[in-house]
Amino acid sequence: MNEQAKPAEGQEPIRTYLKWEAPILDKERKAADLKALNGGDTSPAITGEINKLQQEAKQALVDLYSKLTPWQKTEVARHPERPHTLDFVTALIDDFTPLAGDRYFAEDAAIMGGMGSFRGRSVVIMGHEKGADTEARIRHNFGMAKPEGYRKAIRLMELAERFDMPVITLIDTPGAYPGIGAEERGQAEAIARSTDVCLGLGVPIISVVIGEGGSGGAVAIATANRILMLEHAIYTVASPEAAASILWKDSARAIDAATSMKITAQDLLQLKVIDGIIPEPVGGAHRDRAATFKATGAAIAKTLAEFNGATPAQARRQRQDRFMAIGQTI
Amino acid sequence: MNWINNVVRPKIRGFLGAKREVPDDMWRTDPESGQMVLGKDLANNQYVFPGSNHHDRMTAQQRLAHLFDDGEYTKVAVPSVPADPLKFRDSLRYPERLKEARAKTELEDSVLVGEGRLEEQAVVAAAHDMRFVGGSLGMAAGQAVIAGMLRAVELKTPFILFAASGGARMQEGILSLMQMPRTTIAVQRLREERLPYLVVLTNPTTGGVTASYAMLGDVHIAEPGALICFAGPRVIQQTIREQLPDGFQRAEYLLAHGMIDMVVHRHKMKATLGRLCRLMTANSSLVKVPAKPKTMNGHVALNGHAAAPAQGVVIEAPVGNGSDTKAPAATSASPRTMTTAAPVKPTDPAAKPTSKPAG
Repeated sequence: MNEQAKPAEGQEPIRTYLKWEAPILDKERKAADLKALNGGDTSPAITGEINKLQQEAKQALVDLYSKLTPWQKTEVARHPERPHTLDFVTALIDDFTPLAGDRYFAEDAAIMGGMGSFRGRSVVIMGHEKGADTEARIRHNFGMAKPEGYRKAIRLMELAERFDMPVITLIDTPGAYPGIGAEERGQAEAIARSTDVCLGLGVPIISVVIGEGGSGGAVAIATANRILMLEHAIYTVASPEAAASILWKDSARAIDAATSMKITAQDLLQLKVIDGIIPEPVGGAHRDRAATFKATGAAIAKTLAEFNGATPAQARRQRQDRFMAIGQTI
Repeated sequence: MNWINNVVRPKIRGFLGAKREVPDDMWRTDPESGQMVLGKDLANNQYVFPGSNHHDRMTAQQRLAHLFDDGEYTKVAVPSVPADPLKFRDSLRYPERLKEARAKTELEDSVLVGEGRLEEQAVVAAAHDMRFVGGSLGMAAGQAVIAGMLRAVELKTPFILFAASGGARMQEGILSLMQMPRTTIAVQRLREERLPYLVVLTNPTTGGVTASYAMLGDVHIAEPGALICFAGPRVIQQTIREQLPDGFQRAEYLLAHGMIDMVVHRHKMKATLGRLCRLMTANSSLVKVPAKPKTMNGHVALNGHAAAPAQGVVIEAPVGNGSDTKAPAATSASPRTMTTAAPVKPTDPAAKPTSKPAG
């Protein structure tokens, strides 16, 4: 479905470097240039130089990524080449069968979902899809769902329950869409109801924040038995820009908001809001998609297995207890 | 400030200041008509401006005092929550901001919960207060809403919420966001116990509060003109850069779009809430077993609409007057409606939703 979801050997070179990745860009470019200049020549001096540059670039990457600030993580989480929901679905799910529509109003491609087989077990999987290129981003509305998106999510969750399929949700949204139509059709009600349905579900729900977990638009499908986050993903009460606008009436202070709001996977694990962190390849998920999918698949499988044999009442109870416990012991 | 204030000695300055002081709520300006209203008159009119019917904001204390009989209620205790879990600092340190808000409002946080009587019926009610950090939803407010709902479950009473909020409390970050699922769990408890949950949406109700417990009521009531939304008008305008429709996100607009049941003037709010509580609990207290009264309620209403007017009267009689119920009301109601021929299907509690109003 998406050509970017190929395994590592098909990994395209990174096209977008973040501003603070300049030293890496520099070294990687030089190495690439040398390689190109060199053509077929394999003189040891040149090869050595290339290796050295690549080695240095790698080291710089390790150094940078070992101490990312919350704002840098925000940029990594929003990286245009970061794998998105459909990439994960393609890599992890067999026989994926997309389902569409909320049966009331419309199909909302900001939340993609359907059923499929995850390691031999039927599941319902859904998530916010941001899109990989301009055209796709517009089609998926940058991962910002409207009420019909959440109502579709409700439909899929209820379907999962009927056929005893666990639910996997992938979270990657700046937030629910703020627009006239969305408000007109009850954005708030749709989000509230979706959260409500999550909480009442008798099958386990596992959520993975793969990029940006933005506000109520994320909670609506992330009210799960277990919440995992990719290492450089973020999860916020409001996007740093929105928070800055609320706090200081100045969205340019997003960096300050990101810094003080505790939005990183590491902070949220400490606050016991999430249950685990899935490590990313050095340099972020986009530098080695295959490794990202592999780690994510393994983490989901392991987490799902914890609910083997759980009755609907137990699954529901565990989920509700989990949320009631948040903030009680900090 | 004129120069004299800077020159005169502090003692004299105090004297000068005191002389000029006027309580800031002595006169209030109607935001719609610009008319000046004496603060006392406004209070006597339940904070509704007489000229324009503009519903002014009320404090949480005022809300509860207006709701409960004789203004009497007992505060429901709310378990304490960790203060400043993120060590947040904006222009003020967050604990300072809280301290200031507490001093100003005489509230612990933005939600006040009380239990008492509404038209002689026991109820638990919670009210948001916009003065407290914009009525924002943080851990303490979430805990208050939950405590209130659980208290209603304990006492087996209806729960009434007066919502008003600027949304999530940024200073508590993700822990604020987590109040959305947490409060929803408490709403589910009310539902499991079949206790009425009435939401009164007041100006303004926005963000995470709207997108969780405030939109999950059994009945949604709004005050006239109240702004009720998920994303605020300013945010939407910035995103889409279009003119917003007239009356967008106001109570009347939500009514037209099916999101709320009614818009009720503040003067009629107490009577409306009292009536709803009575109607919604009349059968369940009668039947004792809290199993099916809810569905039966729905069917009776459906019959009333579907049947010819004359029959509607027949159907309503045995419901309001419980004296002839020998068995759970559902079974006593069905034989009666059977005789009315046409729309009998809905009276079967197991009836599938296939039955459209016959006609």
